[in-house]
This record gives sequence, structure tokens and C-alpha cells, in this order.
Amino acid sequence: MTTKYTEDHEWVRQQGDEYVVGITDYAQEQLGEIVYVELPQANAAVTRGEEAAVVESVKAAGEVKSPLSGTVLAVNEALADQPQLVNDDPQGEGWFYRMQADDTAPLAELMDADGYRKFLDSLA
Amino acid sequence: MSAPAPATLLRTPLHALHLQQRAKMVAFAGYEMPLHYAAGILAEHLHTRRCAGLFDVSHMGQISVRAHPRGSAADTDNDTARALESLIGADLLGLPHGRQKYALLTNSQGGIRDDLMIQNLGGRFMLVVNAAHKQQNFDYLQHHLGDTCQLELRHDLALLALQGPRAAAVLARLGCDLADMKFMDVRELEIDGLTCTLSRSGYSGEDGFEISLAAAHAESLARRLLADADSDAQVQLQLQLIGLGARDSLRLEAGLCLCGQDLTAATTPSEAALNWVISAARRHGGERAGGFPGAPVILPQIPRNIARVRVGLLPHGRAPVRPPAALLDAAGKPIGAVTSGGFSPTLGHPISMGYVQLAHAAPATEMVAVVRGKHVPLAVTKLPFVATQFFH
Repeated sequence: MTTKYTEDHEWVRQQGDEYVVGITDYAQEQLGEIVYVELPQANAAVTRGEEAAVVESVKAAGEVKSPLSGTVLAVNEALADQPQLVNDDPQGEGWFYRMQADDTAPLAELMDADGYRKFLDSLA
Repeated sequence: MSAPAPATLLRTPLHALHLQQRAKMVAFAGYEMPLHYAAGILAEHLHTRRCAGLFDVSHMGQISVRAHPRGSAADTDNDTARALESLIGADLLGLPHGRQKYALLTNSQGGIRDDLMIQNLGGRFMLVVNAAHKQQNFDYLQHHLGDTCQLELRHDLALLALQGPRAAAVLARLGCDLADMKFMDVRELEIDGLTCTLSRSGYSGEDGFEISLAAAHAESLARRLLADADSDAQVQLQLQLIGLGARDSLRLEAGLCLCGQDLTAATTPSEAALNWVISAARRHGGERAGGFPGAPVILPQIPRNIARVRVGLLPHGRAPVRPPAALLDAAGKPIGAVTSGGFSPTLGHPISMGYVQLAHAAPATEMVAVVRGKHVPLAVTKLPFVATQFFH
């Protein structure tokens, strides 16, 4: 079970032949208290690098870009009533959606945990 | 997400305190200002509503105005008031020493240049203007009043806002008995040995005070207020520093306008639902009707002779509806736009303000906002969203 990271602070984790997508701890920290998450519809097509979800905090709205192209299988319904799950557990209970990937080759271009940590250091 | 604050920004006298309190600093109106502290916007907002919060608003402009003396002190004050009335549609001759008024600077088309507080301090008037416009406003006032008045943009002063139901209790602990001070009263007094100008006002919708004092003493007073609250284990005053993020959500809940967003050079007082700000004495039939910029446009609009008006808007879902979302009627026809919007921590759901055509301005009128291409239903609602708690 590997997790990969984008420079836009999304994470994508392989789970069997599916991929789970969410935003990183850094992203939720930057956004502040999250009050609303707009998720894609199940069966919707998502495109790598394009907006798939929107996360709204008390400060601002931020877009979540899909790390892979493919089809949404399911979304985290719990976020409708408890958007703060993204703050509390961004890489666990605060996941956004599960998807089937059209092409997994772009995963190789994403950062692993170590690479992402170095990337964050470079932002500081 | 906010950009990091560049090094060229101005700093307020409380800058070191903000950093020490782990503030997230952002650029605002040319200043490096705290957006929030460690607690975060939501907690800071709720703390202000439930207890008390201390805001650094030293970035705002404080402009003193005094007519060149001729005759008695009362004559000078009247001259100052008359001079200011040539630019402001408020009854300033009728503003007694020790009182302040919310007012508007208007342009010749009837639009709003800025909103401000005007205090009669006896011997001089003090204008508190928005940070973004302070130099511009000063130059404008100087240009029009410079011949008759002495004006000064007081860079030497800081401004702190102490807001919340426990605000008076925080000051009482420093020996200030302010029970006889009502909403919009202004008083010069000493707090902990420091000379301050205190007004019972603010922009959170709560009871509270704005404290003007020498910039050199601001940090010392802020630390004293905060420390005193901390040291008392029995009385849970717990005054906290509050950032600009919560200042914005507090004022929006209170239905108060943010200049540059809800008020612009293209909105008139009547459109902004601020008729009350234009004093009776300055309206048609008043003792000193008109005689301020834009009056020929502004005064005929007062009996709701307008095409659009500012209203409160309550989104039905959980999605915040932020500016500049377009507003459409049931048929999909554009009827206005959102000018402020966000999440209300007190109510636990989103709130917005915006301008709509008059036919759609009645409470409970349904419409939709266009948010990221989707239609979000909302309804007109009465302002404020959260009842104000001013000390009358």
C-alpha cells in the first residue's frame, strides 16, 4: 500500500486495484478549519491535474485536483456532515473519493512520502 | 491560501506580540497583520462572542481635525463640525463632546468613498478611517478643509479593539468603571497610567471598546490586558488576541459592511441600506439639507427610490457563497451579486450579503447563486444574522 503525493498537496493511495484520494496534513493546516467539501458524483469522470473537488475553510476555497484520470467509484459521504474530518485525519477518515484509474503510469511522476517531506521543507 | 507577507509591509506597534503569539501573518492594506493565532479563526470568533477578544486595528487611520481657532472653544468645535459637514452627510453640529457617529464619505456621484467613525473629543474631532484608504482620505480632507482646519494623520497612535460580553469586565479589573458609558460614548481616561481615548464601540456586533493610545505604549497596554486576564483563575476572563479572519466573520454575522466589498464608489448609501447614516438634519426638509458630495443623488433616493439594495442572504446548503457570485431569479435572470460571504461560526452554516434588484429584496425571497458553475439556492433574510449586543 503506497501513498504518493502531488505538488498541489493531494495524496493518492493504492488499495487493491482502486485509488483513494485526499489532501495532505500540510494542505488542511494551510486552509484552516474546513467547513464544506464539495465532492464529485459517483461514476463521474475525473481528469489528472483538473479540479475534482473543492474544499472550503473559514478562510478560503481551495480546489482539489485529481492525481489520476479515471472514474469515481465512491465518495466519502461522512464529509457532508463532518467536513472537519479533513482537519482531524486528512490521510485517514478525511479521504475524499475512491477511483478507478485509466492509466497508472503518471503515479511514477508523483512524490513518495520522503520526497514530499523534502518538498515541504523547500517551501518553508 | 494566503501569500507570505513580503518584507516591505508596514508593521503595527503590536508586531512583536503577534509573532510571539504565533500569529499567521498576512498582507492586508499594506500592513503585515495577524490573520489568526494558534487557536484558529473559528475558535477566536466564538471566544469573542462568548467572552472577550483583543484586536490590533492599528492599521486603521486616525485623522484629527480642528478648525483654526477664532473665538471660544465652542465656536471652534462648531467650525470644525461645519467644515466636516461640507464633506459628510451627518449631523456633526449636533454631535456632542464625548460622542461618536458612524458616517460615510461620499463622492459627487453619490457613491461611497469610505465609511468611518467620527468622534467629538472637545477641541478637536477624530476620524477613524479604513486602512486601505487612510492616506487617500487624508489627502482628500486636507485638499478640501486645509484652508479652514488643521488636519493630522496620527501615525503616532495605535488602536486596539476590545470586544465581547466580558470586555467591560476586563477593563474593570484595571480600575476602569465604565458602567455609565453607553454605546458610542467617547471618553479620554487613564488605563493603568496610560492616557487613552476610549469609545464604547467596535465592529464585531458585541459590546466593547476601541482604545486609541500612543503607539509607544500600545504593546505594554495589550500585554497588561492579556496578562491580567490570564492571572485570574477564578474569574474566567481569558482575554485572547483575535485576528483579521475572525474580525471579518464577526462583522458579517453582525450585518456590518466591509468597505471595498459591500460598499464601493459605485454604491450609494440608500442602496447599501444605510439611510440611517444620513442624518435627518441633512435630508430634504432638514435644517442643513444637502451640502455634501453626491447629495443631489443621495437625498432623492432615501424614500427607497432605488433599483437595488443590500440584503442578507442565507444559503440553504452547506456551501459558503462568496463574492462575486452572481445571483439569479427562478427564471435564471441575473438579479444581483454577492459582496460578502462565508461560514458563520455562531450559526454553524454559511451566510452572505449582496445586492439584489428591489423586486427581489423582500425577506424569504428565493434565488440562486452561481458557485463554480453550479446553482446554490438561497433566500433573502433580515440583517443582522446574529443579534447585536451593543451597550445602550
